[in-house]
Amino acid sequence: MSAMSENVVEYVTAMIGGQLFGLPISRVQDVFVPERLTRVPLAGPDIAGLLNLRGRIVTVIDMRRRLDLPAQQGGGRPMAVGVEHKGESHGLLIDEIGEVLKLPAASREDNPVNLDERLARVSAGVHRLDGRLLVILDVERVLDAGALAVAA
Amino acid sequence: MSARSERLRAPTAAEAWAASSAPSPERTEGAGGDDDRPDKVANQSIRVHVDTLEHLMTMVSELVLTRNQLIEIVRRHEDSEFKSPLQRLSNVTAELQEGVLKTRMQPIGNAWQKLPRIVRDLSTELDKPIELEMHGADTELDRQVLDLIKDPLTHMVRNAADHGLEMPAERLAAGKPERGTIRLSARHEGGHIIIEVADDGRGLATERIRAKAVASGLASEAEIDKLSDAQILKFIFAPGFSTAERVTSVSGRGVGMDVVRANIDQIGGTVDVKSVSGRGTSFVIKIPLTLAIVSALLVEAAGERFAIPQLAVVELVRARSHSEHRIERIKDAAVLRLRNKLLPLVRLKTLLKLDREDEGDSENGFIVVTQVGSQTFGLVVDGVFHTEEIVVKPMSSKLRNIPMFSGNTILGDGSVILIIDPNGIVQTIGMVAGRQAAEEGRDVERQAAEAATESLLIFRAGSPQPKAVPLSLVTRLEEIDAKKIELSNGRPLTQYRGQLMPLIPVNDEVRIKDSGAQPLLVFSDERRTMGLVVDEIVDIVEDRLDIEVASERPGFIGSAVIKGQATEIIDIAHYLPLAFDDWRNWKERQGGQRTRSLLLVDDAAFFRNLLAPVLKAAGYAVTTVAAAEDALALLQSGQRFDVIITDIVMPGMDGFQFVSAVRADPRTADVPIIASPRSCPRRRWSAGNRWGCTTMWPSSIVRA
Repeated sequence: MSAMSENVVEYVTAMIGGQLFGLPISRVQDVFVPERLTRVPLAGPDIAGLLNLRGRIVTVIDMRRRLDLPAQQGGGRPMAVGVEHKGESHGLLIDEIGEVLKLPAASREDNPVNLDERLARVSAGVHRLDGRLLVILDVERVLDAGALAVAA
Repeated sequence: MSARSERLRAPTAAEAWAASSAPSPERTEGAGGDDDRPDKVANQSIRVHVDTLEHLMTMVSELVLTRNQLIEIVRRHEDSEFKSPLQRLSNVTAELQEGVLKTRMQPIGNAWQKLPRIVRDLSTELDKPIELEMHGADTELDRQVLDLIKDPLTHMVRNAADHGLEMPAERLAAGKPERGTIRLSARHEGGHIIIEVADDGRGLATERIRAKAVASGLASEAEIDKLSDAQILKFIFAPGFSTAERVTSVSGRGVGMDVVRANIDQIGGTVDVKSVSGRGTSFVIKIPLTLAIVSALLVEAAGERFAIPQLAVVELVRARSHSEHRIERIKDAAVLRLRNKLLPLVRLKTLLKLDREDEGDSENGFIVVTQVGSQTFGLVVDGVFHTEEIVVKPMSSKLRNIPMFSGNTILGDGSVILIIDPNGIVQTIGMVAGRQAAEEGRDVERQAAEAATESLLIFRAGSPQPKAVPLSLVTRLEEIDAKKIELSNGRPLTQYRGQLMPLIPVNDEVRIKDSGAQPLLVFSDERRTMGLVVDEIVDIVEDRLDIEVASERPGFIGSAVIKGQATEIIDIAHYLPLAFDDWRNWKERQGGQRTRSLLLVDDAAFFRNLLAPVLKAAGYAVTTVAAAEDALALLQSGQRFDVIITDIVMPGMDGFQFVSAVRADPRTADVPIIASPRSCPRRRWSAGNRWGCTTMWPSSIVRA
């Protein structure tokens, strides 16, 4: 794994609001269907709630809200990607989970200057795939900025 | 060493404690055979690694959760054979949990052990005699909490010694004993432990903090002008803030109070600072007893469940319209009458902004009577379930900024639930922090006020709600023929005892009758008389007058429970100038050109509320304080008063001590002082004169 990561990075891919995102697989703990979400009154709009995942309390973040995208229209059952950040468990609510992609680190490009500002805030670069763009999600920025947004 | 210890009287309580408890390993091993008892103690205690205990604690927490899950399952099956073994498991778990918690508890004195030594060293280094008093060293708390609080406490004591206390010469000049005192105390309050670090030094220089806050860009000049002194003091917790003019080897580098606050925040505690210029500074730290397991009451609001720590819950009341306990309204504020006390109510739904449009059933619900410190309030919820032992888990860092919640937990049924923080609620709704501060440590005041009953005149005016005024303020009750009411210059008047008496309705809703008998309350001083127009004089009752809810409306002092009914107390001072524009002016002309200032010192809120309006009506600018200490501080801060009226029997410094202190200060030596004891044994009058009172009146005379 470590030998491989020198030139190839594995990404878990996820769709959020029609855009393909990639999360470094080393950061992803698990993928689960969020159930029995407890609402948190007075919390920021991007906090979807809290849930119990095998005895741990997970803070679930609505990625659509986080990225200022419109809420999902009915249908699709949301999924959550579990990530650990500063010793706390978080679940990122996404529309759809995709396959795991192995991409050479060298093909990662910096954010295009005209990348949507909402995406640029949480993006750690992009990969050009066949006919579409994979935005690499910077988990730290997603979670840290979230705290800032709430505090402000 | 001996010279030092002479100056530095040993902190007796703490040393006695240190000698008697804490089987510290070194000592028990070394004690040997001198005495049998320590040996026995040594044989009965073993050393256990902290990690072992921590692990045990975690396991017990998990066990508690599992037990809760089992109970939840069995609850769904009626006649389960698991019921009785489960009951037993439950009891054993509870005992186990308690036992393990106990192993983690340690007296707070363990964190104080090094302080006498530190203070002694500081005393030499700074060349100030310092006395360290320690109270409540045996108060126990979780060792995890203890560890986190140790350094902040040490830092605060250092600060107090270095900045707080003045140099001996300065102290003597200010009329204080040469030796400065740092007082450290700890006590339990609800599920919290309150630690106070107080010094009797110069107090915090609010002006310097203001200037410094502006200079370091924490606030603009305009912002700072709007802040109260209490808010200004909070700046000392900002990172890198120091007002020390010089940096000493001990402190003043501006690192510190922010770290103290961070440490206390980390364990879910709060720190507050109070300071009186010239009298000292005190820091009050409130931290939870344990971070582990609490018993909580589960409630429902707007379809969501929440846990309220049982420790804060005093009782549950079911409120229904038309029952004994019903929710009443004073203007927009909901209150509950509970055993002759008015309990302010807050709706959990509203607090959490879970209100929906269809708010219909506002008169029914459960009221969780909650107490935080000296503040009691009712939390209105939609439903109440059972109590459950919960393992408190800290809130996610993203949600920690919401003051309403102190943590979250997983319930027996596996769902996540939020734990309500009653402290946070009090802070959020801003339940008159000032009043709470005034009430703290003034239980005596309340007792005094409770003991004093008063004749009250109950009447109705405008609304069906009863109103009241102390009977002693009313000169006469009259019913006059409505036909005798005349209008002059658009204002109603009547001829009364050969004089024209203006008539003032209590409020706009009161209609002056045009036929029949018109009830009036007549108020007069030597020359002027006015009639207050009311709808109906109801009764005269003998009851205690505790203003429970202060009013902002002109004409009303506030509301109180009188004979079991929420009653509005009217403020006569508001009406007198309405009758005679010059009522106040006339008084002033008699007394001189300018408004005279008056300081009223009385520990009982009742008398302060009663006298202040009367004195104001008589043309004085009245300042009221609840304690002689506060009054003295006010005088020492340079405020000048033309007259001082003081009570004699007060908790803390009494009236006589106060008067002699005022007389001792050359700046205030010749201010006339009226001692106004409520009960006045003749023999004390002479005492009053001896202590330097100008004159002495029982407070009833002052009122009349």
